[in-house]
Amino acid sequence: MYRYDEFDAKFVSDRVDQFRDQVARRLSGELKEEEFKPLRLMNGLYLQLHAYMLRVAIPYGTLSSRQMRMLAHIARKYDRGYGHFTTRQNIQFNWPRLEDVPDILDDLASVEMHAIQTSGNCIRNVSADHFAGAAADETADPRVYAEILRQWSTVHPEFTFLPRKFKIAVIGSDQDRAAMKTHDIGLQVKRNDQGEIGFAVYVGGGQGRTPMIAKLVNEFVSENNLIAYCEAILRVYNLYGRRDNKYKARIKILVHETGLVELKKDIEDEFNRIKDTVLKLPDESIRAIETYFEDPAFETLPALSETFETRVATDRAFSIFAERNLHPHKMSGYTSLTISMKPVGAPPGDATDAQMDAMADIAEEFSFGEIRISHEQNVILPHVKLDDVPAIYDALVEAKLHSANAGLITDMITCPGLDYCALANARSIPVAQRLSERFEDIERQKDIGELKLKISGCINACGHHHVGHIGILGVDRKGEELYQISLGGSGDENTSVGKITGRGFTSDEIVDAVETVVDTYLDVRNTQSETFIEAYRRVGDAPFKQVLYG
Amino acid sequence: MKSITAHDLVNGNVVFLGTAGTWSKYVEDAALYEDADAITAALALAERDEDRQLVVGPYEIDMEIVGDAPTPVKLKEKIRAGGPTTAYGEKMEATSFYAG
Repeated sequence: MYRYDEFDAKFVSDRVDQFRDQVARRLSGELKEEEFKPLRLMNGLYLQLHAYMLRVAIPYGTLSSRQMRMLAHIARKYDRGYGHFTTRQNIQFNWPRLEDVPDILDDLASVEMHAIQTSGNCIRNVSADHFAGAAADETADPRVYAEILRQWSTVHPEFTFLPRKFKIAVIGSDQDRAAMKTHDIGLQVKRNDQGEIGFAVYVGGGQGRTPMIAKLVNEFVSENNLIAYCEAILRVYNLYGRRDNKYKARIKILVHETGLVELKKDIEDEFNRIKDTVLKLPDESIRAIETYFEDPAFETLPALSETFETRVATDRAFSIFAERNLHPHKMSGYTSLTISMKPVGAPPGDATDAQMDAMADIAEEFSFGEIRISHEQNVILPHVKLDDVPAIYDALVEAKLHSANAGLITDMITCPGLDYCALANARSIPVAQRLSERFEDIERQKDIGELKLKISGCINACGHHHVGHIGILGVDRKGEELYQISLGGSGDENTSVGKITGRGFTSDEIVDAVETVVDTYLDVRNTQSETFIEAYRRVGDAPFKQVLYG
Repeated sequence: MKSITAHDLVNGNVVFLGTAGTWSKYVEDAALYEDADAITAALALAERDEDRQLVVGPYEIDMEIVGDAPTPVKLKEKIRAGGPTTAYGEKMEATSFYAG
C-alpha cells in the first residue's frame, strides 16, 4: 500500500493544525458560519439533517487493517458506534461534535488518512476497481495511477475552485466494476499493440439530475502523459465550464453543449502545448509508485483447495456464500472475498465499530492486512487463500457479517436518504430494508440471478439509481414520499441510463411494485441464465409497464 | 403555526427555540407562534443567538398540534425532530443473513 512520505505527513499534519485553529475561531465567534462553511467543507465536514457529518476519504477504496481499526476507534470514541460506507468508496460519520473534529483528523492523520477534498468544487477522492491488484482479468493495477492522480490533484492550486465538483475513476480491466463511465473522467488502463501501458480516456459522465454516459475522448494516452492529459481536460473545463447555473456546471454539460469534436480539439490543443513540460511523468516516478502496490508474499498454491471443496460439499450455507461472495484472483489458490454489508433489515453500507474491528482482525489474519471498500458499499478482502475461506466464513458468522448475497437483488446500493441527508426528498434506507425482507429467501434470489437494484432519495443520485437494472428514485410530491422506478440502467462496461417506467409509487406500494417487475422478468426471460438486464434489453420496457400500470 | 429551529453550534444537534428564549433539543419544548410579528421577533432572537455562537442557521418551520404535542408538519422536519426513522449503531442488528 502507498505510505505517506515526509511531504504527505507534514502536509496533512499542518492541515489538521490549520483546521483546529479555524474551529477554535468559529467557536469563539471570530469566524461566522458563512466564513467557516467553505473551510469546513474543504475538510469534509458537512452540516446535515441532524448533526455534523464527517466524510473521510478512502483513496481508491484501499484500507489497511490498522486504518480500519482507527475508523472503528473514531466511531466508538467520537460518534455513535458506527460509520457508513458510501457509494464513492468513502466513509461517513454521522454524529461528530464540531469541537472533536480536529482530534478526529489528528487520529486519522496518525494512520495516514484525512478528509481533505471529500467536499467542495475540487477533484474528489479518486475511485478505482475494488478488486484492483487482485483480479484475474486485470491488465495492470489501477491504484498506481489513482495514487498518481491523488498526488497531482491534492490541493492543486488551479483546480481548487472548479465550476463544480469533479470525480475521476480508474479501472484496470475490460470489465468495469467502478461505474467508470459515470465519472467526469473515466480511465481504463490498457496495453497497446507494443505492450505499452496507457489509458482509454472517457470524459463527461455523471448522474444527478442530468445523467450522461462518458464519451471516449482518446483511445490511448500513454502512461507518461496521464497527468498532462487530465490537466488539459481540467483546464478546458475550468475555462469553459458554466458557473452561472450549478445544475449546468458539471463537465458533462460542457461536453453535451459544446460537442465532443470541438471539446476534444480544445483538450488536444492544450495537451500538445503542455505534454512535454514538467507534467510528463518520469518512468522512475511511476515505477516508484508501483513499488507501493507490489504483490504481498503470495504462496505457490494449487488451483483447487481440498479444505475449501470439502466444506462446499458438506455445508449448504457455506456453498452459497462461496458461490456468491468470491471473485477470481490472479494467483492460483487465492480468491477475493466480498463481505456484504447488506444483511436483512440493516441499513446498507453501515458498519458498527465492533464489525470494523472484526473485519480488521480477519483481514490481518487472512488477507495480508489489506481491505478494499467497493462503491457498492461492501468490504473486500482482496487476497485470501481458498484454504482459508472456511475459517474466514466462520469468523464472519461470529461477527454477523456472513450475508451471502453479493451481486444479488438484496445487494443494493442505497444512499442515506431523508433519514440523514439535508438534500434528500424521501427515505431510502427503510425501502431497502423492506426490500431485503421481501427477497430474504436466498434460493429465490439465486433464481433471480444477478440484479443491480439501486436507490436514491433525491435526484442527486448518490444511490446510483440511474444505472440500476432496477432504479428507485424517491421524490416529494406535496409532502408525500413517492418512488419512481426506472429500468435498464447499468453501471458496467455496457453503461446505460435507466428509463422511468411511469408514475411513482407510494412507500406502501414500492416493494410490491419491485416484486412485480422481478416476477415479470422471471416470466419473460428466455432461459434461466438470461439475466435481468439481458432480458430487459431484449424485450424493452413494455411488458414491465403493462404489469405496473395496466 | 410556526416554530424556530436551528442546529447547536458545538454538537450540530437539532434544537428548537423555547418559550423562555432558550434552545431545547426536544420539539415538545418549541414555542409556537401564530402571527407574523411574533415569528419575526423570534427569528430576530434566534439570529442574535447565532451571533453569540449558540446556534447555526435558524429558520422557521410549519407546526401543528398532534394529540397534545407540537409537531412539525413536513416529513423532513419530523425526521429532524425525531431522529432517523431507522435503527442505527448497536441497534441496527440484522435479522438474518441469506444463509440458506
